[in-house]
Amino acid sequence: MAGPAFTMFAQQVVETLGGEHQPDTVLARQMQALSLAVHIPIVCFGIAFPAMIVFVEGLYLRTGDLAYKALAKRWSKVALILFAVGVVTGTILSFEFGLLWPDFMATFGEVFGIAFGLEGISFFVEAIFIAIYVYGWDRLSRRAHFLTGIPIVISGFTGSLNVIAVNGWMNNPEGFDVVDGRVVNPQPWDALFNANMWHELIHMYLAGYIVAGFIVAGIYAYAWLKGRRDRYHRTGLVVTLAFASLAAPVQVVIGDWAGRQVAESQPVKLAAFEGVYRTQDGAPFTIGGIYDKDTGEVKWGIEIPKLLSLLAHHDPNARVVGLEAVPADDRPPVNIVRFSFQTMVGIGTALALLGTTFIVTWFRKRRLPRSRWFYRGVMAAGPLAFVALIAGWITTEVGRQPWIVYEVMRTDQAVTAADGLEVGYVFLVCVYLGLGAAVVWLLRRLTRRPPATEVGAPVAPARDEEPS
Amino acid sequence: MLAELCLGLVMLGLAAYAVLGSADFGAGFWDLTAGGDRRGGRLRGMVQRSMSPVWEANHVWLIFVLVIAWTAFPVAFGSIFSTLYIPLFLAAIGIIFRGTAFVLRGQAATIREARVLGALFALSSVLIPFFLGAALGGIASGRVEVGNAAGDPVSSWLNPTSVLIGVIAVLSGAYLAAVFLAGDSERADQPDLVRAFRARALGMGALTGVVALGGLLVLRDDAPDLYDGLTSGGGLVMVIASALAGTATLALVWRERFGVARFTAALAVVCIVVGWALAQDPYLLPPELTLDEAAASDATLSAVLIGVGLGMIILAPSLWLLYHLVLQGRLDQEYEPLDQRFRPLTASDEDPQ
Ligand code: HDD
Ligand code: HEM
Ligand code: HEM
Repeated sequence: MAGPAFTMFAQQVVETLGGEHQPDTVLARQMQALSLAVHIPIVCFGIAFPAMIVFVEGLYLRTGDLAYKALAKRWSKVALILFAVGVVTGTILSFEFGLLWPDFMATFGEVFGIAFGLEGISFFVEAIFIAIYVYGWDRLSRRAHFLTGIPIVISGFTGSLNVIAVNGWMNNPEGFDVVDGRVVNPQPWDALFNANMWHELIHMYLAGYIVAGFIVAGIYAYAWLKGRRDRYHRTGLVVTLAFASLAAPVQVVIGDWAGRQVAESQPVKLAAFEGVYRTQDGAPFTIGGIYDKDTGEVKWGIEIPKLLSLLAHHDPNARVVGLEAVPADDRPPVNIVRFSFQTMVGIGTALALLGTTFIVTWFRKRRLPRSRWFYRGVMAAGPLAFVALIAGWITTEVGRQPWIVYEVMRTDQAVTAADGLEVGYVFLVCVYLGLGAAVVWLLRRLTRRPPATEVGAPVAPARDEEPS
Repeated sequence: MLAELCLGLVMLGLAAYAVLGSADFGAGFWDLTAGGDRRGGRLRGMVQRSMSPVWEANHVWLIFVLVIAWTAFPVAFGSIFSTLYIPLFLAAIGIIFRGTAFVLRGQAATIREARVLGALFALSSVLIPFFLGAALGGIASGRVEVGNAAGDPVSSWLNPTSVLIGVIAVLSGAYLAAVFLAGDSERADQPDLVRAFRARALGMGALTGVVALGGLLVLRDDAPDLYDGLTSGGGLVMVIASALAGTATLALVWRERFGVARFTAALAVVCIVVGWALAQDPYLLPPELTLDEAAASDATLSAVLIGVGLGMIILAPSLWLLYHLVLQGRLDQEYEPLDQRFRPLTASDEDPQ
């Protein structure tokens, strides 16, 4: 199907349940997107925070310093709360699959469902060990307690692997045949390990570290600027910053890989990233500007010759497929996708620079950067990483449109025939607003409590002078 | 055969959720009905303490059911969710409220905050099992048609069978919770709470039994096929087993043998779930879709069995570890009445009631 052909043919299926579909899918898509945009940032903490906590606990086991213990314990409580919110928002997502996209599930559930089965088991394990870990402080032996942290880290990874595999599959479906418009002969394991999974998984996993790391680091950077620089706060800053800073430059490399994979498996999506209408050799990369549907040109952008071919295929003269390769009905909305993509790449580059600054200073000079601007930068990095995360998903998901399963099933074939989506939508927005407010309120309350409450003893109040 | 095994997994998940998940909802029920701050504070403290370490793991059983159902029986899944969207959406919203309010209450700083959050938590704990039960009632009474939103969106879950099953779901959860909490209170050395939960367990156990038996009459009118299934063959055996286990539980609770009562109470609920499955055999969505028609292809079914089987190698010992630690009291937090944090300790705290 794919490949550098000029015209591509979709191999569309007939939906299994059928029935009267919604006249348009906007509401259902908005609901799905909203719920995902709530769930994903939260689970970034489920992915990345346990590793940081276990790391700090490791420091405690090695040094016996109570400041480390207080920090790890405090973080583990935060992780538990965020985990709970991840659980409930993830549950909504599972329900939404059936509530919003019954025909997607009915037609393809048997192909990709297995991934969610394994995901379920992973999150089961995660839920079990996070409870043991948080409620087991001071009740299990120190070593046993440390060890119960490790399954949390692993199951966060395997859980993400399985969900991301589904998304990879939606973008690059394989593992089934289409005969007379019917889906037959499902091969669930092939569907699970599809070609899009690996880059998406690693990219998302790193995004988890970047988002969680910079957001938490931002809080400690603020404290740092306010003069709270004892060992407790300093460790909080350094550990989170180190994780995020190590991930950020790598993310650029993985992003490049992702781009090349998209160029190969979803060339029209890549064309939308860049607003390329005509299939051409040696395609330029345009920064900024607006894509004009009528002319197929990007107006007011800065054009860098041949860069797109170079990035997408690692060859300056390679052929890049344009939007014209498919009928107008099969093209995604270019400007949304393009703007999101550029936002992500811009932020990604900035975060990589920030991270590199930290890593270089730390290794060359063995101290934290001194400029106040660095700390302000860290405070900004958290929200920016969040924006990049959402932008990346908009790139992937909206770039896939109008397909729910790329070139096989259209989104409007999958949607529910039930009414009342407006009501559900408004309701859901209110619920999420309330949820957001409540979580922020709760976390602020937690951070205000002095660290000593965690260990029932004063926590090294001494100012830790930096070695210079 | 593969289809039966996969159905077995769904039933395993449903049974586990009907025991563990419902008990958590039931705890919410007792929280809701505990009374004023001072009087209810002790009860609520016990609810908070017992649920904290386990509710998330218990909740995952629901996810387990969903994912197995949509993989192994995709057409049924799509039909169920598109028809029963109202109760299922409401249950999902309830799940958000309950989980969040519960964790937030643990951090509340004033009694007013705790009160609002507690009300939210407790109210949704009653609504969720009702809506989920009502949805099951719609399936069991043959009101979900195959297709995209093909069944009636309202009468599919607002009908005698649905209401009955919804109510039983709430009551049996409250019953289980009271039995479990009585045991936990005993372990926490709170004799007054043991007494309080024991009384509740006895009352609620009797009530649940009466409603369940009386409910058979409702089924006879409203869902005759289901009624026939439950009053003959394997279905009948399970109904009787459940009644016996329920009665045994009452006797055990009476004699304050809460440890064993835990298991017989759970057994009573499991028997009903299994009985329901037997009663509507061979249909998945009566009266149209049989299990074999609904099942995904063999490749998928065996993938599910292999995947879950391998997963169980890790999951089963993990679950065992969690419940082992919990039942041993190793994860127990200090017990404190929920309103304690917000007021100074007084002499009457030592000697409640
Ligand atoms: C912190 C977040 C973050 C950052 C800094 C970046 N990305 Fe990203 N990106 C994501 C977070 C993300 C994501 C997690 O939101 C996506 C959505 C789907 C996926 O696999 O990862 C994504 C998708 C995504 C895709 C589409 C993949 C697909 O559709 O299959 C491409 C081509 C890139 N990214 C490229 C980049 C480049 C070149 C970056 C750096 C310069 C970059 N990303 C930084
Ligand atoms: C459409 C897609 C998704 C669905 C249906 C979904 C579903 C769920 C469900 C049901 C849970 C709760 C599990 C539990 O009860 O313990 C959950 C939690 C979680 N999800 Fe998702 N999820 C989706 C997307 C994602 C994505 C894209 C990621 C990221 C990689 C992710 C990562 C996680 C993690 C790490 C958790 C653990 C809870 C936490 O850490 O807060 N999920 N998800
Ligand atoms: C594992 C992961 C995921 C799965 C299985 C998944 C699945 C879906 C489905 C079924 C839809 C609706 C159909 C469609 O519009 O094609 C959708 C839409 C969407 N999703 Fe994802 N999604 C995943 C991850 C994410 C994440 C993490 C985000 C981020 C925030 C996201 C953002 C969106 C958006 C913005 C839409 C709406 C597209 C539009 O309006 O055009 N998705 N996704």
